[in-house]
Amino acid sequence: MPVMTPKHPIRLIGKPLVFALCLSPLAWFAWAAWVGGLGANPVEAANRFTGDWALRFIVIVLTVSPLCRLSGWGAPMRFRRMLGLFAFAYTFLHTANYIALDQFFDWQEIWADVYTRRYITVGWVAFLLLFPLAATSTNAMVRRLGTGRWKRLHRLVYLIAIGSVIHYYLMVKADVRVPLIYTAVLVLLLGYRVVAGMRRRAGQSRRRAPRVQPV
Amino acid sequence: MLIKIRKASDVRGSEITPKSVYLDRRRFLRAAAVAGAGAAMAPLALAGSARAGAKLTGVVKGPYSTDEEQTKYESVTSYNNFYEFGTGKGDPARYSRNFKTKPWSVAVEGAVAKPAVYGFEDLIRPHKLEERVYRLRCVEAWSMVIPWIGIPLGDVIKRLEPTSKARYVAFETLHDPKQMPGQRRSVLDWPYVEGLRMDEAMHPLTLLAVGLYGEEMPNQNGAPIRLVVPWKYGFKSIKSIVRMRFVEEQPATAWNKASPREYGFYSNVNPQVPHPRWSQSRERRIGTFFKRRTLMLNGYADEVAGLYTGMDLAKYY
Repeated sequence: MPVMTPKHPIRLIGKPLVFALCLSPLAWFAWAAWVGGLGANPVEAANRFTGDWALRFIVIVLTVSPLCRLSGWGAPMRFRRMLGLFAFAYTFLHTANYIALDQFFDWQEIWADVYTRRYITVGWVAFLLLFPLAATSTNAMVRRLGTGRWKRLHRLVYLIAIGSVIHYYLMVKADVRVPLIYTAVLVLLLGYRVVAGMRRRAGQSRRRAPRVQPV
Repeated sequence: MLIKIRKASDVRGSEITPKSVYLDRRRFLRAAAVAGAGAAMAPLALAGSARAGAKLTGVVKGPYSTDEEQTKYESVTSYNNFYEFGTGKGDPARYSRNFKTKPWSVAVEGAVAKPAVYGFEDLIRPHKLEERVYRLRCVEAWSMVIPWIGIPLGDVIKRLEPTSKARYVAFETLHDPKQMPGQRRSVLDWPYVEGLRMDEAMHPLTLLAVGLYGEEMPNQNGAPIRLVVPWKYGFKSIKSIVRMRFVEEQPATAWNKASPREYGFYSNVNPQVPHPRWSQSRERRIGTFFKRRTLMLNGYADEVAGLYTGMDLAKYY
């Protein structure tokens, strides 16, 4: 892996550029709010906006490694952590909007929602599962956990992605077209990993001499 | 005598920008900002309010009106559920601009003495137009206060002379995928159908609405003629009606067909019966920030609770 010096073009130009790009939907939304372009129900608009982008970033993050594997182009991998943290940020805003603007800190009502509405239960689980991933996103935490454990922990993102799509699907009233598109994309992204994993294991066991299992 | 000696720093009268000009400048800036945002944010910005409809004349104030603050015209005409024009809240305003509502006719069928295809005018003209300011509670837990203009459905029905076999009225929305792009996908089983029990249809609160805010009904709100049943969730108030059939059996209704567990035939506003996926105990009044408690039968219990005495409203949701 090439060393990334402070003057490396990815760090110097690429990262600030991608960061700004990831932030641009939020800037766009703030502008819309400022000029009163959020329509008759701004709280709902905020809810949809943050939810849409949270899900989009989760899908974008899951696209990075297949993209790199299939294209042999390694650069996108450098942005994966940032993209993941943006997925967390938009999910956080989504939940914060729900708690603060939608329910106005009515914890009794929120608890009733979590308890009785399946899509909210699933949404909360996905949200909470994001915390350990965000907390272990630093280089120091990767080192502390060790790469193997860190990788295993971060496989939680698959569960989070599935939960997020289910959350969306269950919430929609009748027009499930968009949630189904997300489902299809997710099936593709996770399916790729399953197939690639099986191939890798098959390749390894062919190379390795059969091991006798201890009885 | 006062002699004013002008200092160099004094602003000369001729330099002062006339008020009308600077007001215009502000208006221009605001318009430019809104237009720019609108162009940049097509999915977010709701389509501007459709062309104002023709003013309705000879309207009298009707009974049952609430004096609560009315929802802004812009909100009433830009935030709509009218899946015939798309499932987004802004879709109806955006895609119904060229919807043709003149001429319009309504087929009256079934157990009535005077079945016929009635032209819009023939159906409406014999009656006096009334303004009724009603609360509208959507099943999605938001609400509005709308000054409708219309005629009591009961008055129309009386004129049609239903027979003793008429126990329900079934309504149908226009089915025209050419004009209604939302009907090109089977989100619901088109055409949209709704129904009322005869006593509900005859109730003086039930309105056949042809306008709002003093104007002809905007296309996105169900032009040219729609139902308004204020104690039931909004989807019961079927839009752009082309057929009324008087029947003996309880008719099928569109949302009930789509999800019987979630949407019943009655669909009375009831804070005690939650929708399977969300609570119905509170609602957000469009234009206000805090949610408010939802009232039993949307606050019309005094008028209509009698229709349901002895009925388990949790069972007949």
